[in-house]
Order: sequence, then structure tokens, then C-alpha cells
Amino acid sequence: MKRAALARIAEAQRRRFPLVAVTRLEDGVQCLLDAETVDGELLLSPAQLTEARSLLSSGRSMPLAGADGLFARAYVPSPRLLIVGAVHIAQALSRMAEAAGFEVVVIDPRGAFASAERFPGIQLTDEWPDEALARLGLDGATALVALSHDPKLDDPALELALPSKVFYIGALGSRRTHEKRLERLRAAGLEALLGRIHSPIGLDLGGRSPAEIAVAILAEVIQVRYQGEYR
Amino acid sequence: MHSDTDSLFETLQQWRAAGKSAALATVVSTWGSSPRPEGSHLAVDEAGHFVGSVSGGCIEGAVIDAAAEVMASGRPQLLEFGVSDEQAWQVGLACGGRVQVFVEPVE
Repeated sequence: MKRAALARIAEAQRRRFPLVAVTRLEDGVQCLLDAETVDGELLLSPAQLTEARSLLSSGRSMPLAGADGLFARAYVPSPRLLIVGAVHIAQALSRMAEAAGFEVVVIDPRGAFASAERFPGIQLTDEWPDEALARLGLDGATALVALSHDPKLDDPALELALPSKVFYIGALGSRRTHEKRLERLRAAGLEALLGRIHSPIGLDLGGRSPAEIAVAILAEVIQVRYQGEYR
Repeated sequence: MHSDTDSLFETLQQWRAAGKSAALATVVSTWGSSPRPEGSHLAVDEAGHFVGSVSGGCIEGAVIDAAAEVMASGRPQLLEFGVSDEQAWQVGLACGGRVQVFVEPVE
């Protein structure tokens, strides 16, 4: 692999751009492609190019069908979990989700909650949720969970997430809390999208501690991700 | 930025920036019940340190050996492991699958 290719793959992953590398296994000659460009010494036929580009969205890596000895490796954004509310459950959930391969960002403008002491090594922001989500972007590899119990934080996040491409939306709260939340979101004109919110949040594992609830939430996020609801 | 693959490319860049040789192994075909899917990566430095995986742990040793040869020669290798394969049996690929692993030098 050429130095430039290594740098480009690392850069694409940092910036959450999809990229495909095609390698000729006979000698290791490669090219990198995205939706618009192709770079590298390996020349592909138009059909091979089309096939390789289809992997930018599917994210699958495989040998190209129409050619012998060409392997296509898709690099797509890693799944990301945005957590609104730096609460006790978020402390457990953020660490578990990172261990499961998610990029994690915890969003809470209340500095006492979103502190580095409570979230060692976790990406934190004290922006308001609407500012943070606008900056971070809500793409199809992203899940959003609203855990703050505070409508001032949860509602703006849900209002942005509902019409977006995020593959999972979950909101913590009792049935009564959730009913009130749905009323407010209806009033905000989001009636048709309210079915996207998972609430009660998480798979029904019967757990009670913050860590057990975090397992239930993460399990549901993973389940939905592989059900392909967001494709 | 926290999946195995993301940090793997950062690690490769750090190794190369520190002047260490490195190789990248990739699962390029699988048959049967192989433990890691096509596209799985293992990165190896000149001292045999590695990140990522190309199996459940059963062929990593053999791939790391091949990576050292690839770093020395500068030429890629295509390796194949399976239960019927003498070497794979020795290193214990007992899952019933077969895998092909491409190992390339990193410039």
C-alpha cells in the first residue's frame, strides 16, 4: 500500500467519508475511489468501477465479480452514538458503546454533568444539543439517544433527529413522560415521524441498574443497525 | 473513530512515521464458517506487534511470520488456510472454514 493511499484512508475515516480500495492480488497494485474520483495505478473497466462504487453505500468488502483477482475493500464511517444527557446511564453506555466499536459523543451543556472526571476518555461537548448535532451531522451511520429527562435538552435533539437519516432514535422516560413528549413533538409538526422513537428505550432485559439499562440500550441500537432500518 | 479498522490505520501511520516497517494483511476470500469476514485487517510492525485480526486467533501467528517476509522482500503474498491445510492444522484453524489472506507491504 502506497503512503498516499494509507493517508487517504485514515483521513476518510476521520472525516466520515466512504472510500473503496481495489487491489490486484497478483502484485498489490491498487486504486482508491469515491463517488467522483479514482486515484492510483490500477485501471478498472467501467463495469468494474460501477461494481466497486456500489460498495460505497453497501459498505461490503468482496472480490469484484467480473474480474479475477481483484479485491474491493469498502471503508465506510464507523457507527456513531450521540448521547444527549451526561447522566449516570450515559457513563456506562458511553464506555460500552466505545468497546463495541462506536464513536461516542456525550452532549450536555450542564458542565457539572459533562465533566472529564465522570467521563474519562470520552468525547464530551458542553454545546446545546441543537448546536452540537448541527456541527456533528446526523448521517445514516449515527444513532441518537436522549437520556437527559429534561425537555429543554431532549426535545431539540429529537426535533433534529426525527427528520434526519440517523438509523436509531431512542428516548428515556416513563410511559407518561413519553406521552407528554409525543404531545410536544406533535405540536412541533412531527406527528408522522414519531414512530421512529424507541421508547421505552432498549431491549426488555429486565435490568434495573444504570449499567444494565445501558446494555439494553446498546443491544437495541446494534439490533436495529443490522436490521438495516436505515438503508 | 473507535472501530478496530479506524484505529488500525492510525496505528499504521504512527509506525511508519516512527520509521518502522509495516505490513497489512486482509481477508480476501472465505469459505464455510471462517470467523472473520472478507475485508478484515491485521496490521503488523517489524517487531511483530500487531493490531486487528484475520481469524479468531488461530492463524495470526502464521500471518505475522508471512508479514515479516513481506516487509523484507517488499513483495505481497497471498496465503491460504484451511482445515485440510497442513500448516493451518498445526496452527489450529479448527472452525471448518477456509480463508485467503493477502499480505502487502506498507510504503
